[in-house]
Amino acid sequence: MQRKAVSLISGGLDSMLATRVIMDQGIHVEGINFYTGFCVEGHTHAIRSKDKAKPKRNNALWVAEQLGIKLHIVDVIEEYKDVLLNPKHGYGQNMNPCLDCKGFMVRKAYEWIQANDFDFIITGEVIGQRPMSQRKDTMPVVARESGAGDRLLRPLCAKSLPPTLPEREDWVDREKLYKFSGRSRKPQMALAEEFGFNDYATPAGGCCFLTDVAYSSKLVDMWQHRSSRDYELDDIMLLKVGRHLRPRAHFKLIVSREEGEGRFLEGYRNQFVYLQACSHPGPLVLLDGEVDADDIQLAARIAARYGQGRDTERVDITVGWPDGRTEQLLVKPMPSDEIIPEWHV
Amino acid sequence: MARIDRQVDARRLLCPLPVIRTQDAATEMQPGEMLCVVATDPGVMNDIPAWCRINGHRVEMIEERADEIIITIKVGGFERD
Repeated sequence: MQRKAVSLISGGLDSMLATRVIMDQGIHVEGINFYTGFCVEGHTHAIRSKDKAKPKRNNALWVAEQLGIKLHIVDVIEEYKDVLLNPKHGYGQNMNPCLDCKGFMVRKAYEWIQANDFDFIITGEVIGQRPMSQRKDTMPVVARESGAGDRLLRPLCAKSLPPTLPEREDWVDREKLYKFSGRSRKPQMALAEEFGFNDYATPAGGCCFLTDVAYSSKLVDMWQHRSSRDYELDDIMLLKVGRHLRPRAHFKLIVSREEGEGRFLEGYRNQFVYLQACSHPGPLVLLDGEVDADDIQLAARIAARYGQGRDTERVDITVGWPDGRTEQLLVKPMPSDEIIPEWHV
Repeated sequence: MARIDRQVDARRLLCPLPVIRTQDAATEMQPGEMLCVVATDPGVMNDIPAWCRINGHRVEMIEERADEIIITIKVGGFERD
């Protein structure tokens, strides 16, 4: 009887290697990838014009194709909110709840194998690779709290951990697994070479916006200025786009930095008051918060500052409302020294 | 014009959400049925064909119209190329 495993595919090298190691033992493997809304994958490339020349590929799909396995991409945006808002094990250096996140994803994978009649789960984890979620003392926590228990196999460091069910039952040969540890990437790179993998996504970090200090500070700012910490997908998408300035506690500006971001923000003109210079080329600006006429005047002066009319006496700004109304404002661009550094979120 | 059995509106969604919406629709369809996806993220031009290749579906047509990308898929099981 051929055993079946599902592999958590991030798109990076480690999960690619772990999957291949298990496939080489005759196990049927399919991939699973969870979309939380905070994944770096894809979004910034899709939004920003300057990235348009870069080849766009979803690394998880690409890895699955290289390995010749199916990939199931699962939308966990709603369920992930509780992981982010109430992490039992707290946050890392920024707003990254890595240990809770790993436990959540393994739990979802465990639910998936039960629903799809698979036997075990594999991940590309390596002891000591990550300061929070990939330590020898936290690996049993993930196995226990996810409910997966000993149906969770980490092929790249299994030999440093107690034997799991697939090893004890001889579904896989423990001797053909590995005991990688630490932050060095050399063992993984050597194994990649052995497998003939010469193209893979840059390893280590950077796959989640929550590990990013700038993104995390925008997220905290958003929560601090709202009555609740809840969020919708649009909220977290907008934190990835543009420069954010908060000149008053009750509203902030989201200023597009280039054409691609401007096009992306255009899709939100039916949800936010927006500003755009019409006498000179300039950014599209969304106003997030309840604004009155004075706020709009202030925001228009800031918006004018970021357009090509910044050194002129007057810039004509179109103000638009979500209901379709528009009006024109003639404003003097705000001098750069009047834009207080603390306004930048 | 090919018969379309189901349409997915993935406009304004950024990858991988168009792929997820495509996947969720295809899961509920029968082999041989035609699925049409309308999207605005150019990433779909790589991601949806890649998803189709690995999951046994076939891209019949990719068309760009103004800012929209229209992908017509024949739902598999097809073997991988």
